[in-house]
Amino acid sequence: MNRIVEKTDLSENVVRMVLEAPAIARKRKAGQFVVLIMDEKGERIPLTIVDSDPGQGTITIIFQVVGKTTSAMSAMKAGDAFRDVQGPLGNPTDIHRVGQVVCIGGGVGVGVVYPLAAALKQAGNRVISIIGARTKALLILEEEMKGVSDRLIVATDDGSYGFHGFVSTVLQDLIDAGERIDEVFAIGPVPMMKVIADLTRPHGIRTIVSLNPIMVDATGMCGACRVSVGGKTKFTCVDGPEFDGHQVDFDLLASRLRMYREQEGAAYERHRCGCHGN
Amino acid sequence: MNGTGADAMETEERKPKKEKVPRQAMPEQDPAVRVRNFEEVPLGFSEETAVAEANRCIQCKKPGCIAGCPVEVRIPEFIHAIAERRFLEAARILKETNSLPAVCGRVCPQEEQCEQVCILGKKGDPVAIGRLERFAADYERMSGETSVPAPAPSNGKKIAVVGAGPSGLTIAGDLVKLGYEVTVFEGLHRAGGVLVYGIPEFRLPKAIVEAEVDYLQRLGVKIETNAVIGRIATVDDLFAEGFSAVYIAVGAGAPVFMNIPGENLSGIYSANEYLTRSNLMKAYLFPEYDTPIVRGRNVAVIGGGNVAMDSVRTALRLGAENAYILYRRTEVEMPARKEEVHHAREEGVQFRLLTNPVAYIGNREGWVMGVRCIRMELGEPDDSGRRSPVPVPGSEFVIDVDTVVVAVGTMANPIVPATTPGLETNRRGYIITRGESGETTRPGVFAGGDIVTGSATVILAMGAGKQAARAIHAYLSAG
Repeated sequence: MNRIVEKTDLSENVVRMVLEAPAIARKRKAGQFVVLIMDEKGERIPLTIVDSDPGQGTITIIFQVVGKTTSAMSAMKAGDAFRDVQGPLGNPTDIHRVGQVVCIGGGVGVGVVYPLAAALKQAGNRVISIIGARTKALLILEEEMKGVSDRLIVATDDGSYGFHGFVSTVLQDLIDAGERIDEVFAIGPVPMMKVIADLTRPHGIRTIVSLNPIMVDATGMCGACRVSVGGKTKFTCVDGPEFDGHQVDFDLLASRLRMYREQEGAAYERHRCGCHGN
Repeated sequence: MNGTGADAMETEERKPKKEKVPRQAMPEQDPAVRVRNFEEVPLGFSEETAVAEANRCIQCKKPGCIAGCPVEVRIPEFIHAIAERRFLEAARILKETNSLPAVCGRVCPQEEQCEQVCILGKKGDPVAIGRLERFAADYERMSGETSVPAPAPSNGKKIAVVGAGPSGLTIAGDLVKLGYEVTVFEGLHRAGGVLVYGIPEFRLPKAIVEAEVDYLQRLGVKIETNAVIGRIATVDDLFAEGFSAVYIAVGAGAPVFMNIPGENLSGIYSANEYLTRSNLMKAYLFPEYDTPIVRGRNVAVIGGGNVAMDSVRTALRLGAENAYILYRRTEVEMPARKEEVHHAREEGVQFRLLTNPVAYIGNREGWVMGVRCIRMELGEPDDSGRRSPVPVPGSEFVIDVDTVVVAVGTMANPIVPATTPGLETNRRGYIITRGESGETTRPGVFAGGDIVTGSATVILAMGAGKQAARAIHAYLSAG
């Protein structure tokens, strides 16, 4: 059992939790994730490790309430525990010194890009970060991102805070302004990552994305998380989660993410109305 | 004179008046009923049937059946105990050599092992060894009087087992009995490997696997779940932590896809994913359990092995109107157990033989709606003696489906070999070992089960665990 040490609401629908997981905290590197199971009847859900504290033996996760499991998780309190936490999983990010990198995070994806930006900064890169959300109230980790970036640009779709528009527009402006960009890391909703990859492709800017397909075991034994990269089938859990954004078939990823939409909707509905009987 | 035939003669002479008892049948759930539930199909022997069957055993002086069993169960002894109604004693004898008797009694292909060499099989039906094993193990579990042997005196040495499947659990049981401190590291959240994620509830109830795992823990085996070796710790880390030897039994769990067009469409599963959702995550009980599964109306399962049979029978239980097996050879070549093919047919599975998929067709939503197949015919026998299937030109046709399960095999998962320097694998990624000992190219590291042989059977993986236990004991005793 893995106890919740601390729980914070980052925005209306986004929650941060610090969990007891000493072995994972010691071993984990930027870019890796865990799979959590809430309770005996729970499903296995993958979440990026946002931060870790080997001294305290804790890891930090951030999740957005999108369905039954995340909704039930958001009702958990400090002191409650998860039945299972498995990890660290996936390949660590290939962190190296390339010069100037742009780290882009959209929505809850800011939680995933944060550890990368921190590691890239520490490796001696100059880090420009672009983070965005639909509206100001949904923006997360602004302070944390500021702390690990040489320059931080905030964007909101509705213009309620920072730049009025998409993170991709901000990137386009940087490129148009002739800013030197050696590498881009883009993490967020599938359409956002697709737009960014399309935008950097003609400029030949290496673009790394972190994919979020459906997963079950997350150890390479089932292929639920398969994606097409450069025309080849890859398993995100063991070959990723990061891939060359210019090679990823984002439309396939989006359609596979919709596979359980109906059942997910029904489970969430049933959970919200509290009718747990048959 | 060759003793085998003589034993049978002797017995018949000794008891001339006794009428010949036929092999006892095991009652089963009616196909029309069971196809709507996930409960076990064969219902097991009653005490009376078990005793009657046990009495068929002629207690050969040189029993071939023991040698036919990869874990060397003392078969005539445990059967004799059943004949004398000493059922708990029968279970105790079984457990001396087999840590998972309730599992083996259910899933072993006895017709190719112990029962194949049973002398009674020469003239009639062999003794139902598997069913008797199952009976004794079930009797003990249900009696609540499971005996646990006194702990062996500790020899102070620690051994790490990577993978809690049949091979890892077997070696763990054997080594604990020799006084080792054994820790099994399991990647998933439950121990059992294929026994919990692969074989469905209707063939092997999970409560039984749990009980056998629980027994091993009471013997003193430590099991750490959620521990993916290669990620949370490498094999080198394990030695650094003070383990004297490591046994790798991670199986061959990586699914094989055919790499044909459309294979990544929604609605297409690997058998591993389909079965893991259903068995390990209990998706058939969704939404009581949180993991969903697609309940297809027209389901095609590709392949002809036991995993294909398990998948197609699962599809029926999830409510499929049409559940097809698409297999490129004929029924004769099917690697699945005859019993499973028979069960599948009784339940209404439609077999499309000499049929091979070449592509999947999707709808606008990216969901599979058809599988394009080509007819096959059997050509000349190849080197292995199997006639290989050859496509018939111009014979393509489409079967309408909304769900597909690909069950064409599995391969080695590379995580452990890739993170263990000095551990050599063959070109297919399986770990190279020396003979039966399971010794790898890395001193102190042993391996067995599917990660060495490729996909095989539960009992062969257990046999490998038993051999490696002896080898590890010899290796550490010599040092």
